[in-house]
This record gives sequence, C-alpha cells and structure tokens, in this order.
Amino acid sequence: MTDVSLQSASGPQEAGFGDYFALLKPRVMSLVVFTALVGLLAAPGGVHPVIGFAAIVFIAVGAGASGALNMWWDADIDAVMRRTRRRPVPAGLVTPDEALAVGLGLSGLSVVLLGLAANWLAAGLLAFTIFFYAVVYTMWLKRSTPQNIVIGGAAGAFPPVIGWAVATGGTSLEPWLMFALIFMWTPPHFWALALFMRSDYDDAGVPMLTVTHGRRSTRRHVFAYTVALAALALWVAATPIGGPVYLAAAVVLNAMFLVGAWRIWQRDEATAEADSYAVEKRFFRLSLIYLFAHFGAILVDAGLTRLGVWAWL
Amino acid sequence: MALSRTHDLHKRRLGRNLGVGLALAALVIIVFAVTVAKVSEGEYEPPKLEEGYG
Repeated sequence: MTDVSLQSASGPQEAGFGDYFALLKPRVMSLVVFTALVGLLAAPGGVHPVIGFAAIVFIAVGAGASGALNMWWDADIDAVMRRTRRRPVPAGLVTPDEALAVGLGLSGLSVVLLGLAANWLAAGLLAFTIFFYAVVYTMWLKRSTPQNIVIGGAAGAFPPVIGWAVATGGTSLEPWLMFALIFMWTPPHFWALALFMRSDYDDAGVPMLTVTHGRRSTRRHVFAYTVALAALALWVAATPIGGPVYLAAAVVLNAMFLVGAWRIWQRDEATAEADSYAVEKRFFRLSLIYLFAHFGAILVDAGLTRLGVWAWL
Repeated sequence: MALSRTHDLHKRRLGRNLGVGLALAALVIIVFAVTVAKVSEGEYEPPKLEEGYG
C-alpha cells in the first residue's frame, strides 16, 4: 500500500481528535459553562455537587452539539469568511456528514443524560436551546433577516435558566433576568465584531445589519442597544440576584461600555479604518469582560448572601 | 513506498482513538458517580418484597 492509496482512502487530510473537538466551539462552550454554573449556584436550595457537575458537563456538551450542527449547515458561508474558514468542515478536515452525526449524536446524548441526572424541565430547556440555535437561528434567521443576532441571541441566553432549573426543578424571575442580560448583550457584542470584520458578512451574503442597513446605522444600533442593556443591567442590581458587588461591577462596567458605544457611534468609517478599528476591537474585548464580570458578581453576591455577609441589608 | 510506523497518519489516528477512549471513560465515571450520588441521597428505593414471598 502506498501513501497515496492510504491517504485517498481516508480523505485528503486525516482529522485528529482536536478537529472534532473544535466542532463544539470550545470558546462559546466556556461562556455557556460559566453562565449555567452561575444560574445553578445562585439558585436557592442546592444540588448534590456530583449532580451539579454532571449537569454542567451535559449542558456544555449540548451547547457544543448545537455548534457542530451550526458548522454542518453553515459550511458554505464559513468557507467564505476569513474568521471562520479555518473551521474543521471548510478546512476539509471533517466532512459535513461527520459534523451532522456528531451534532445529532451529542444532542440526543446530552438531553437524555441531563434529564436522567437532573430533571426533565432542565433537559427540555436544553433541547429547546439546541433546536433554537441550530434550526431557528442557523437555518432560518441567520440568512434571512438582519435581526438574526437579536432574536438568535436567545439561544445563548438560556444556559443560566437551565442551570437554575437543574437546582430548583423550576424557573422564576431571577433566571429570566440573567437570560435578559445575555439577550440584550448579544447584539452590541456581535455588531462590534461585524464592524471590524469588515467585508466578511458581505462576502458570505449574510444579512448582518452592516450589510442591510449600512455601517452608520450599525454604529447607531450598537449605542442604542448598549443604552438599553445598561438600563437593564442597573435595574437587575435592585432585584433578588443583585447585591452590593453586582451594583459596583454594573456601575463601573456599564459606564465603560456606554463610553465605548458612544465612541463607536461618533466615529465614521475613515477614522475607524485609519486606526484599524481600534475602538471597535476594544469594545468587543470589553464586551467579553462585561458579561463574565456581571455573572461573576451575581455569583459572589449569592455566595456572600448565603454566608450571611449581606444580612444587614 | 511503505508507510513508516511513525507516519503522521498513525499519530493522528492514535490521538483520535485515545481522545474517544478518554471521553468514553469520563462518561462512564460521570454516570457511575451520578448513580452513587442519587442512591446515597435516597432517590432510589429498591422494590419491597411482598409479604410471605418465598
């Protein structure tokens, strides 16, 4: 047997384990794990640590499965965009059929195991999240409306609700406030990315706001959504999941976020191009810190409340 | 031309097989740990034998 015959029998490039793992979008998974963990730990009562750990693993696997389904469906546009062309499917490392099999297999496995380990409400919410991301966002909204990111953002907002459901067996106002935070955060986060990725979405024919309404309008939208997000984030401080740590974090981070969004709104394309979209890139990086810090603060306040530190409030 | 034992193809396949093996082992450990946790929390009650049985 020669190199040629063996290589052609197993595809142009043999995929390693890391290539299959990359189908699960590990960076998105880290956000899912963290927000689901906050939802689980901030919930009243509690859950056995082993059950809690297993539930977080299954939620992460479910989120990863929806990422694999997204890569299966979007392989054509991923191949066009600079940001995504090195993903396993467009790079030719994993076939679309394999990505579909991994996505479907892990979806079923994660939902059933979460149902058995925790409860069927949490499993149902996870199944709906996978469906929403893979079908509603990826197959329908992404290619048909500039509101793709706004509505599709709901998929990324579910994990804290699932975490809460794992701990309590139900939902209440608090997890939906966490949902709202992620939901409102998603549009400015992605529109900032769309601004500095420049022609990526044009080339792929994805109707991002930058493509359908222009970059001037996108800058206005980033600021408008950031104002709405700041109002929501500060209001959350006065709800049961808020606390002194959350309030302090929210005041500082939302002030920084508003300043960043204001700068984006005030800039024109010539200025942005001159400094290689430095303001937009800084806003995007800040948006990642913003979300982790808000959820981190919710977690710290929940812990301190449980320890009785905030009993005097 | 024959393939050498240390061809890159073999390394990738070994890595993939090890990865799948470790993932399956992790799944077995998690399911076992969840079972122990559920039983120790009293979520599982063995069925009672009917009186007079045997």
